[in-house]
Amino acid sequence: MSTTTVSCCKGNPPPVAPRTSEPSTVKWLAATAAALVLWGLAYSQLIPFSDWIVAQLPIDRASHLGDAVSFFAYDTPKVLMLLTLVVFAMGLVRSFFSPEKTRAMLAGKHEGVGNVLSAMLGILTPFCSCSAVPLFIGFVSAGIPLGVTFSFLIAAPMVNEVALGLLFALVGWKVALTYLAFGLGVAIVAGWVIGRLHLEHWLEEWVRNLRASAADLPPEQITVVDRIKAGLEAVNDIVGKVWIWIIAGIAVGAFIHGYVPSSLLAEIMGRGAWWSVPAAVLLGIPMYSNAAGIIPVVQALLAKGAALGTVLAFMMSVIALSLPEMIILRKVLSVKLIAVFIGVVGTGILAVGFLFNALYQ
Amino acid sequence: MKDVKVLGPGCKRCVATAEMVQSQADKLGVPVAIEKVTDYAAIAGYGIASTPGIVIDGKVVHAGGLPKPEDVARWLAA
Repeated sequence: MSTTTVSCCKGNPPPVAPRTSEPSTVKWLAATAAALVLWGLAYSQLIPFSDWIVAQLPIDRASHLGDAVSFFAYDTPKVLMLLTLVVFAMGLVRSFFSPEKTRAMLAGKHEGVGNVLSAMLGILTPFCSCSAVPLFIGFVSAGIPLGVTFSFLIAAPMVNEVALGLLFALVGWKVALTYLAFGLGVAIVAGWVIGRLHLEHWLEEWVRNLRASAADLPPEQITVVDRIKAGLEAVNDIVGKVWIWIIAGIAVGAFIHGYVPSSLLAEIMGRGAWWSVPAAVLLGIPMYSNAAGIIPVVQALLAKGAALGTVLAFMMSVIALSLPEMIILRKVLSVKLIAVFIGVVGTGILAVGFLFNALYQ
Repeated sequence: MKDVKVLGPGCKRCVATAEMVQSQADKLGVPVAIEKVTDYAAIAGYGIASTPGIVIDGKVVHAGGLPKPEDVARWLAA
C-alpha cells in the first residue's frame, strides 16, 4: 500500500452515468489513437534526444559525470513515458473491476482456488490504502475466508502498475514478468498459510461479530469514453504524484551508475553473500518508499553486479510490508495477527530472494 | 427532505463527496440532511467494500471513488 496510494481513493476510476447517446465516442477514440502514435514517435527519438542534451553540456561523455548525466537524460523521459502508458492501460482495465464486484466473485470460494483468484483480483481491482479497512471488513463480513482476504491484501500493493511499469522500463520485461509471477506466488502462498493457521479469533472482536449482506448497488453503464477517461484520470493521479520520486530515484541511480565501483556492490549484494537476502528483507520492512523511488535505484544496483534475487527481495519488502499499512490495519487486526502477517509474508519474500539467486547463477 | 449519508473514514474524497451532494441539492432545490458516517463498523453494515459511499433514504447508490456531479443530481432527483 505504500506505492502510490498515499491520499485517499485516488486509484478508483469514477463511476459513470448511463448515457443515451455518445456522439463524441469517435472523437475520443481518434484522439486516443493519435496520442498513442505521437507517443510512439516521441519514444523512438529518445536516444538522439539524450545524446543531443549531453552534447550541449560542457562535459566529457567518457567521464564519470558524462556517464551519469547521459544515464539521467535518457532514463528520465523513457521511464516517465513508459510509466504513463502502463498506468493508462491499467486505469482502463481497472474500470472493469470494483471492490464490490471482486467481493461477489470471491464469496463462496474455498481456500486454494480462492487464494489464487483473490491474489489475481488484487492486481486488477482499484484499491487504495484508505480503502484497506472498509475492504477488509467488507470481505470478512461477507464470509470470505481470512486467508483469501489476505491474499488480496498482499497482492494489491505489491504487484501494482507502477512497480511493473518501472521494472519493465528499466530492467526489462523478463524481470517484470518474474516479479509479477513471484509477487502473485507470495500472495497466494502467504494467504493460504494464514488461512491454515485459523487465526480468526485474533481479529478485533467487533470485526469478528460483524455480518453484513452485500449492498445492492444500481448497475453502472460505462461507455468506452468513460473507460478512456478512467485511464487518463489514473495517469493524472498516479504519474502526477510519483514523477518527483522517479526523478529523485533516477538521480540516485545515475550517481550509482557513474561513481560506485561494481566490485563493491558485487561483494556486498552479490550471489556469494548468502546473508544479503535476509539483510535486504529486514532493511526493507521499516522503509517506506513507493515503487517509483526505489526501482531506479534497483536498476542501478543490478547494473553494478548486485544479485537479482537480493534486489527483488529488497524491493518486495519495501513495497509490500510497510509501517503505515500496519497502522491502518491495526484497526481491525490484533498485534499478534499483524506479527504473523509480517512473518509469513517476510518468509515468502526471503524464499523468493534465495530461489532467484539460485536460479540465475 | 432527503436523508443522505456519506460513508467514509474522513478521507479527502469523502469530504469532497459530501460537498458535492450539498451543492447539487442546492442547485436542484432538493432539501437534504447530510450525515457523515465515519465508523468502520457502521460503514461495513451498509454492505459496501470501498469508500466513499452514498446512501439516500436508506438505499446505497454509490461505492468507491468520487461520484460524478450529474450522477449525484440524478440520484437526488429520483
